[in-house]
Amino acid sequence: MKLHNISINNLKRRKAKMAFLTIGLVVGIATIVTLVTLTQSMSGDIERKMDEFGANILITPQQNGLAMNYGGISLGGVSFDQKEILESDLAGISTIKNSKNISAVAPKVLGGVQVAGHQVLLVGVQFEKELKLKQWWQLFGEAPKAADEVMLGSEAARVLNLMTGDTLEMKGERFKVTAILDQTGSQDDSLVFADLPVAQRLLDKQGRINLVEVAALCSGCPIGDMVLQIAEKLPNAKVSAIQQVVEGRLKALDQFRRFSYAMAGVVIFIGSLIVFVTMMGSVNERTTEIGVFRAIGFRKSHIMRIILLEAAIVGLLAGFLGYGAGMGGAKLALPFMAESKQAPLVWDALVAFGSVGLSLTLALLASLYPALHASKMDPTEALRAL
Amino acid sequence: MALIEVREVSKSYASGDETVDALRGVDISIEQGEFVTIMGQSGSGKSTLLSILGGLNHPSHGTVKMAGVDIYALSGEKRADFRSQKLGFVFQSFNLIPYLTAVENVMLPLAICAMKSKEKEVAAREALCRVGLGGKTDRLPNQLSGGEQERVAIARAIVNRPEIVFADEPTGNLDSKTSLEMMNLFRALNQAGQTVVMVTHNPENCDYSDRTIHLKDGLVE
Repeated sequence: MKLHNISINNLKRRKAKMAFLTIGLVVGIATIVTLVTLTQSMSGDIERKMDEFGANILITPQQNGLAMNYGGISLGGVSFDQKEILESDLAGISTIKNSKNISAVAPKVLGGVQVAGHQVLLVGVQFEKELKLKQWWQLFGEAPKAADEVMLGSEAARVLNLMTGDTLEMKGERFKVTAILDQTGSQDDSLVFADLPVAQRLLDKQGRINLVEVAALCSGCPIGDMVLQIAEKLPNAKVSAIQQVVEGRLKALDQFRRFSYAMAGVVIFIGSLIVFVTMMGSVNERTTEIGVFRAIGFRKSHIMRIILLEAAIVGLLAGFLGYGAGMGGAKLALPFMAESKQAPLVWDALVAFGSVGLSLTLALLASLYPALHASKMDPTEALRAL
Repeated sequence: MALIEVREVSKSYASGDETVDALRGVDISIEQGEFVTIMGQSGSGKSTLLSILGGLNHPSHGTVKMAGVDIYALSGEKRADFRSQKLGFVFQSFNLIPYLTAVENVMLPLAICAMKSKEKEVAAREALCRVGLGGKTDRLPNQLSGGEQERVAIARAIVNRPEIVFADEPTGNLDSKTSLEMMNLFRALNQAGQTVVMVTHNPENCDYSDRTIHLKDGLVE
């Protein structure tokens, strides 16, 4: 017989009270685990989506001028002192502090060429990186692999009357059309895509780049910081974030996160209140019992240890059960909350240990006053001396 | 020197606007191995005296020495240690812990002692045998009769081999046959050397004790 036997036996033989106390805490912890896990899983899902949705950082040559286009209508622009990006400078991007957040860097060269009597815009790309960046592209045919292969936008294919397997001629060189891009509704529909070095040669822009699209994963890294870091490496380039894509999503997520934390706060408060009221009630019910403990020589610290040990056992049990129930809740709720139906559930060890730790801390803190109250009870109660 | 020496002990309580004097200058001496009963009518101060003797209730005035120790000069926690080592209590309603079995209830005073679990259990079973409850040791209090509960309460009081056992109207809730058995048990314990101080309102119980102290209106008659 030790003090912990008293605590354990009390909990074992007062099952209803213990169940009520545990359920109160389990509900609180489960709610917190569900909200935190949902937030984490949705963040991960949105980050993946952002990666799929393409670039969120744009690198263009520095220019002292203003673009004059709006809503797809271009009126030309006034620009002077145009600088260029050298392909060799792009290596600097991989050396920035947040380089691990960079998912893809896709350089492009642009220029007009004559094809079958039509003036078309030729874009030189690195196909492997471009396809990673634009995962929504649907290709009819195979993506070009060789230097003499090209891909056409749907509108360009229609105007030039070409299909996969046909050939076209640009600046006296013949190229095989290996793929036609399905309609995207964007400028991509009107372009002719060729391998980057080939396009640079045809446009006489060897080693030079007009545009770089960068896909950055925003987890743990504000996109603004990455823009500044890239700008430092490329002083002749203008680096800008596609803010509406990034911030819109992050803001929505941030709002949900704040809502989750507010909810968690309320739940923690209610959970603590349940523990406090139940423990206080239990202590008051056990006045005689505590009086007997004191009469037979238990110190105040012994009484506190008995009460706090009971709280700790309930807290630990509720922590484990709450974590399990919370993860179950998150698994059920995630398909309805996340953008993609197959969004994976995030299993975070910190949430697991944190939920058990939080439950234990809550149970102990909420039981501290009842335990103190119990330890100060008058032992004469047991003897009915008054 | 007497085992218990009570000198000029008084105890007053505030009751509303009035002050009630439960004890008014009590002097008592109890020797080692004595069986003393304290008699008195309801409100005579006998339970107050017992709680003061048991180190549970600070007197308003006076001193209580046990085995030469002025127990109210000790701090509250030191006095708890003193109770744990030197005193045993039997309460009127037995006050067994409802969620502990008979043997666990008897082991309760040993829960705070530095003893091996096995030794504690052996001591508890031995105490239960001494009070004639060798069987039913693993039953909960609500599965025991009043007399059996009383035996468990006595076993709990003697398990740590205290110098003095205090009993507060231990036959108050028992039928006459069981009361007789319990008084014989107390007498047997006393004959084995145990000092017993018992509060009772039943004059028949006094026949079993060596000496009876009569209290009236907070004074020894």
